[in-house]
Amino acid sequence: MAGNVSAALRGAMRQPVTGAVGRGGWRTALAFFAQPSALVGGMLTATVLIIVMAGPLVAWNSPVDFIGAPFELPSAATPLGTDIMGRDVLARVLSGGTVILSLSAIATLLGVVTGGALGLTAGYFKGTIDDLIMRLLDVLLAFPQTILALLFVSVLGSSFTIIALLVAAIHAPQVARVIRAATLKVRGEDFVEYARGIGTPSFWIITREIAPNVVGPLLVEAGLRFTYSIALIAGLSFLGLAENPPAPNWGLMLNENLIGLPQNPWPVIAPVSLIAILTVGVNLLTDAYAVWSTPRGGGGS
Amino acid sequence: MRASALLHSPLAALIGRRLALGLLTIFLVTVLVFVATEVLPGDAARAVLGRGANATRLAALREELHLNAPVTVRYARWLEDLATARLGHSLVNGRPVSVLIGPRVVNSSILLAVTGLIGIPLAILAGIAAALWHGRRADRYLSIVTLALAGLPEFVVGIGLIAVFATLVFHWLPPVSMVAPGASVLTKPEILVLPVTTLVLVIFPYLFRMTRATMIGVLQSEYMEMAVLKGLPRWRLVFVHALPNAIPPTIQVVALTFAYLAGGTVMIEYLFGYAGLGQGLMEAIKARDIPIIQVIVLLLATVYVLLNVAADVVTILTTPRLRGGRTWQAM
Amino acid sequence: MSLSAVRVDGLRIVTANLSHRLLDDISFNIASGEVLGVVGESGSGKTTLGLALLHHCRHGLAFGAGVIRVDGKNLCAESTAGLRRARGRLVCYVPQDPASALNPALRVGTQLAECFESRVRGGNADLLELLAAVKLPPHPEFLDNFPHQLSGGQLQRIAIGMAFANRPRLIVMDEPTTGLDVTTQAHVLDTVRRLCRVHGVAALYVTHDMGVVAAIAQRVAVVYAGRIVEIGPTARVLEDPAHPYTRALVRAVPDLSTGNPVSGIPGQAPEFGADERCCAFAARCALARRACGESVPAMVAVAPAHEVRCLRCEDRETVPAQAPAPVAWSERPPPLLVAQGVRAFYGRHEVLHGVSFSIGAGECVALVGESGSGKTTLARCLAGLHGEVAGAIEFGGEPLPLAAGARSAAARRRIQYIFQNPYQSFNPRRSIGASLATTLAQFERSERVEERRRVLAALDRVALPASIAGRYPRDLSGGQRQRAAIARALITDPDLLICDEITSALDVSVQAVITELLGELQRERGLAMLFVTHNLALVRGITQRLCVMQAGRLVEEGPTEDVMQRPQAAETRRLLRDSPRFAAARSTPAVC
Repeated sequence: MAGNVSAALRGAMRQPVTGAVGRGGWRTALAFFAQPSALVGGMLTATVLIIVMAGPLVAWNSPVDFIGAPFELPSAATPLGTDIMGRDVLARVLSGGTVILSLSAIATLLGVVTGGALGLTAGYFKGTIDDLIMRLLDVLLAFPQTILALLFVSVLGSSFTIIALLVAAIHAPQVARVIRAATLKVRGEDFVEYARGIGTPSFWIITREIAPNVVGPLLVEAGLRFTYSIALIAGLSFLGLAENPPAPNWGLMLNENLIGLPQNPWPVIAPVSLIAILTVGVNLLTDAYAVWSTPRGGGGS
Repeated sequence: MRASALLHSPLAALIGRRLALGLLTIFLVTVLVFVATEVLPGDAARAVLGRGANATRLAALREELHLNAPVTVRYARWLEDLATARLGHSLVNGRPVSVLIGPRVVNSSILLAVTGLIGIPLAILAGIAAALWHGRRADRYLSIVTLALAGLPEFVVGIGLIAVFATLVFHWLPPVSMVAPGASVLTKPEILVLPVTTLVLVIFPYLFRMTRATMIGVLQSEYMEMAVLKGLPRWRLVFVHALPNAIPPTIQVVALTFAYLAGGTVMIEYLFGYAGLGQGLMEAIKARDIPIIQVIVLLLATVYVLLNVAADVVTILTTPRLRGGRTWQAM
Repeated sequence: MSLSAVRVDGLRIVTANLSHRLLDDISFNIASGEVLGVVGESGSGKTTLGLALLHHCRHGLAFGAGVIRVDGKNLCAESTAGLRRARGRLVCYVPQDPASALNPALRVGTQLAECFESRVRGGNADLLELLAAVKLPPHPEFLDNFPHQLSGGQLQRIAIGMAFANRPRLIVMDEPTTGLDVTTQAHVLDTVRRLCRVHGVAALYVTHDMGVVAAIAQRVAVVYAGRIVEIGPTARVLEDPAHPYTRALVRAVPDLSTGNPVSGIPGQAPEFGADERCCAFAARCALARRACGESVPAMVAVAPAHEVRCLRCEDRETVPAQAPAPVAWSERPPPLLVAQGVRAFYGRHEVLHGVSFSIGAGECVALVGESGSGKTTLARCLAGLHGEVAGAIEFGGEPLPLAAGARSAAARRRIQYIFQNPYQSFNPRRSIGASLATTLAQFERSERVEERRRVLAALDRVALPASIAGRYPRDLSGGQRQRAAIARALITDPDLLICDEITSALDVSVQAVITELLGELQRERGLAMLFVTHNLALVRGITQRLCVMQAGRLVEEGPTEDVMQRPQAAETRRLLRDSPRFAAARSTPAVC
């Protein structure tokens, strides 16, 4: 067979092929974190994550016991002073992030997976299925998200499960909308048409051809949703609709201790700073990923 | 174009469709609110009166709230009441809902208006300037700061401002923004400063980034390059060629920002004790004052939907391509 | 020789970080009223050269050295204000894509009037006169249109009008007829020629199309890898090129008049930038010697006003044996695919009105038409990719369901479709080898080893090295991707290949490589092909039958040679008349 190849074509074999060096996981990770915003974001997020995970193990005082007068300033026994009920602020801060973080993670995961699946389905099948799904989701999207959350938490209560499901339900429509747009775009590409032309079943097309190309926008949305989950869940606690008072909870600490800000600022400053660092960190990471995963515009001749 | 031609144009059809969709959404919103507040909580009467209430009072309250009628009838009656502006009475103190929320509506509107008047022009001008100075230091710093700001929850920003300007570092401003019940916020304008600043900082990042991105896209487009190659003066490039293309997407983002504000002031009002709709909603939720919850939620949700519709309509009106228009016969 | 309106000396454009030279040592003159054609393929730097004459370069590039004199004024030494004055008045630009080069938010009249700023305010009279000059309706209502309301041809005329408005000394045109149908293209070229002559304007015409250059330019400069490799009178350069690259390029251009099979150029052009150490073409040149790899050759004159950058400009390589002419049979082979009354719709709009034709076993049929004629829609219908279709198709004697999903696996593997756009036809997240294997796995279950063998065999057949199997689509050039697409089609051992304008997005030399490959496949495997194209010149070299489409109907069908020599339909005659011809223009210089 090779003998029939003409001179021109054979010559092409001599040319080196341009292109990326390798696709190893390490190399891509290194390239990603070389960006300043990714590095800073990663460090900030990691700091808070360590505090949240190691905190409850390190705290030597109990977060719920009364050990002093309210709003005492920091001392040797209580490095951050006491809060409105005379509890150790440091212990409460170290244990106060677990619920927020785990709730946010679960709610985001649920919301992104549900929204992603709905968006893929709506975007691939188009037609009636698309209309149906998007109309239903539009109703949820028609509400200001905070109001929706307030409405249902006040009605259904604020247990772990309810908040997780509620926040997931708030995220799903937005994720679905973004993924649907991305799916529509990929679906119009030639390689998807080709796959349909040779008779690939729809399920394989969605999972093998379309989904891998939608991962980029999906991860970006997931990052944004995670940031928003933290804000919403901490916010709900701040409004007094915390998951399980008086268990330590950063949002709840803000709610309770704001009144004592002039006496002992630490019960407010500590949790609010940690929330701030976490959200900024995740946001920076998400933004860095969004920039990194978007191919640069090609140059002309 | 003559009026009748205008009404039958594809443009009118497009806008009409969008308005109809908006109305449908509002209708569905009422259903959702009704389901959430009247149907779900189980026995609303018991919820209001508490566990220890005796049977006769429960029965009387149920009768008064029409809780014994079938769901659809209750919904229809409720909808009819709303449509005729019979907003009901508070379950807590019996006063008419309209009287209770009237001043709150005014206060929230003032908060939103001042925020909008200050924050929106600020963010848009900053975005345009950053795009014109794309790549230079001012642009880079502003972008980084905005990026950090973008992730912060609004109550975090508010608490930060309180800590710095009212309580811990400086004592320039009042830490809470309370007025006598029923009084207008304008009697003590200094209480507006911190809430407005917080909200401006919250809406700034998104509006800034969107405006900047749009403007950069316009400045790097082929038609801008062509205009440069025609040797046009700089002012003409920016004002005649660039801005008309950058404004429509920006208006849409502005409408969306307002929509966000309509729903997002709850935390701020709660934080500052500001006597607006958000605070009213929180109090009603604590007291399980269902009529007030219903009215406030509906009001905010309706405004939100209408602003989203407005955003879409503006986009349609300002994009010549979407407006249609006959094409000349090709030569 | 008349006084040169434009003199360029030693122009160099570099990347902003000074790592590469995009253009180097560019020198030429253009006389007043003369058109200089600049020919090159993608990556040669010709667009950059065009923009440079307005002293403008794109983001990331900078001027390294050189002098550009237009009417005595050195643009490289001008202040910003001076440059702004010069642009639009002394030097004007006609862009490649008028649809994106006109501001969508401004009316056409506003954008035209802007050009007149310096003179008497462009009153309506001036604007209407301009419209008439470019053969557009000279009515005030026309000026109120927005760009999206006009056709491509109209927009391009407006762009040309904007350029000529101020009677500049130099006009730079960057492939302004790309994307236009041949008749509009002919009109546009005609307009440009006339305006240049009437107003004594010098013009630089950048293009990749040799036929267009032959029709419009008195002199031509050939650009390769950032340098001018040959420059001289068009007739001479095209008739007897002195540079090996120009000769290879000429051989790669399909010739409507003679129908000689084309031959491609082995290897690949450098991605961008001028090589500073040696002749950039040496790696692909049949005449290359050691000296060519040691230093950059200087320009030498082989004739008055004809210069070449080559150490061996006196020599000529032995012309490689031309690929055999397309297979010709005495009688038509038995039909493989028969289409009867195929109608296609987009919603309620009917785009194909009952098309009937047949493709014989092992036969290559050309489907030619302008954009909008329905040829792509027909190809997609035959491949089962178009949903709203009616009619009957028979394949191999059996009726064939219209939708791909309804066809049997055997039918789907025997008919393969290759797309026009090489940049979208592969899943960017899968390696080429994996994509090929996936196609194979759709039809056959085989062991990994066997699968790999088949994939490599398919790649080898299209002359792609085995290493390509592990690469991702973004690492490949357009030509390589298109070859990989052909490999993917071949791996299922099909009987019919539907090629939908597969070479339109590629350079001429790469196009020739693909065309050669298709010819070989037909000869070796008896592969039947439906070759869809808008370029009439291409079909002569490889097809046996020719079908011409217009507005959704098949207007002519017959053996290629017959149709080309004795066209019956008006559409066929129009295409033959208006397509730029290469050979004819070689001997008669363009009149200006």
